[in-house]
Amino acid sequence: MSGLTKRFKWLATPYLLWSVGFTVIPLIVIVRYALTDDTGAFTLSNITAIADPIHARAFLFSLEIALGCTLICILLAYPLVMAFRRLRLSRGKFMMFVLILPMWMNFILRLLAWQMLLSSNGIINNLLMRLGLSPLKIANTWAAVMIGVVYEYLPFVVLPIYNAVMDIDKGVIEAAKDLGAGSMRTFWRVIFPLSMPGLKSGITMVFVPSMTSFVIADLLGGGKLQLIGNVIEQEFTHSMNWHLGSGLSVALMVFVLASMALTVKSENNVEEDRKNWEES
Amino acid sequence: MGRKLTDLLCRFYLAIIMIFLYVPILVMVVLSFNSSRSRVVWEGFTLSWYARLFSSKQILGALATTLEVALLSAAISLVIGTLAALGISAMRRREYTITMALTNIPMLNADIVTGIALMLWFIHFMPLSFNTVLIAHITFNIPYVILAVLPKVQQMNISIYEASRDLGANAVYGFFTMLLPQLTGGLVAGFFMAFTLSMDDFVITYFTKGAGFNTLTTMIYGEIRKGIKPEMYALSTMIFVTVFAILLAVNVLRGKEEKDEAYY
Repeated sequence: MSGLTKRFKWLATPYLLWSVGFTVIPLIVIVRYALTDDTGAFTLSNITAIADPIHARAFLFSLEIALGCTLICILLAYPLVMAFRRLRLSRGKFMMFVLILPMWMNFILRLLAWQMLLSSNGIINNLLMRLGLSPLKIANTWAAVMIGVVYEYLPFVVLPIYNAVMDIDKGVIEAAKDLGAGSMRTFWRVIFPLSMPGLKSGITMVFVPSMTSFVIADLLGGGKLQLIGNVIEQEFTHSMNWHLGSGLSVALMVFVLASMALTVKSENNVEEDRKNWEES
Repeated sequence: MGRKLTDLLCRFYLAIIMIFLYVPILVMVVLSFNSSRSRVVWEGFTLSWYARLFSSKQILGALATTLEVALLSAAISLVIGTLAALGISAMRRREYTITMALTNIPMLNADIVTGIALMLWFIHFMPLSFNTVLIAHITFNIPYVILAVLPKVQQMNISIYEASRDLGANAVYGFFTMLLPQLTGGLVAGFFMAFTLSMDDFVITYFTKGAGFNTLTTMIYGEIRKGIKPEMYALSTMIFVTVFAILLAVNVLRGKEEKDEAYY
């Protein structure tokens, strides 16, 4: 800790008030909608509706996409971070620059560009046919949705891993090499374990959004592939069943918080350990 | 494996990822110069979408709204978030854990849940409008500011502040001259992150905006079915190029500074 004394604590008051007003209360409101029906009577059916075949299918598909996306992003991120390190491009904020910049082309236009690239008579297939190869059939399949989510969320996995790897004391890596470890061994025994905090926050940043991004599924899945996000969105914009939509949202939230509990808990433990140590 | 071969592989991999990241952007840039309204056919070079863009009140209005929301929400969350980071680092363990858990909620929750929860709450006491979008953006931005600023607060040297107080500076003056400058890096990163996320947000804006006004993203979403106006490609290209130029300039300047510092 920087040694800020207790009298600085009150500086967090505006934030705490804001947080209660616009994070905690809205969650209470949505839970209340979830637990009632049109007449205001208590019911659990909005939440258990997640098990209805049509909702369960969307939920499972969301899980598949989220797990696949998280895994692919991790597999792409480590070689990228190591390549950056090796080529000494790590000076300054080059990595951040390269990864954040695409976010400045509008979110929906980026996805429309992928739609154009992947569609059956799109840019990629035109190129392939000109080269005399057979065209790909990825438009409106889960593969297209997967490309979309990986594209959108890759930066959120790379950046924390990159920061964690760059924070590793160079001496530790050199020591491993001096003691005879090869590049692979150094990576698996030193760099990878020490990058865990970054990996964890990367996972928490990508798993949830990739499960629920209904726009990506809409644009790249051709309207047939539904994520749980699509189902919830439709309850609010088309079916106008807010109670059911809230119920599914709450079910999703409970699942997310439960599955993230492990990751976040171990992170908090690290922070708590540090706090304990600093206070002693 | 030879050193050179490994280097080559690294470069190759880097190139592939760069292509993956930037091809969709290239597509949009090319389309902004395409004289055909069709998204698939190239019919020659034109600047007319750029010209038309400046006479479209609708698009310019949405741009103004987007910038207003992004600037205001980034600025307000910067103030609240920085104060929060200072307060949080002064907290005892239990308060610290609770506050950080509170901070994690908007980051962990799906955007769609955050958006819907806010919408359901707003309609109890205010109409969905510019203000509700602004509040929603501030809400999801603050945690990012806190995460950017908190590490800097924890590294901060506080004794110079105490010294300034001992020498008769009041708390506010001491804060602005001794503490705040030490946080600059975190403040810039937090503001930039908040601004970027706000500009790029769709889901939360979509649920909290109500009828009758649009940001660029919601406007484009509304146009998907009838076909996007090519003016949008032109505008997005201009925004992209502007930000690219600014970031490049900042990076080059900073790189230069670092080199200059290396001489000392």
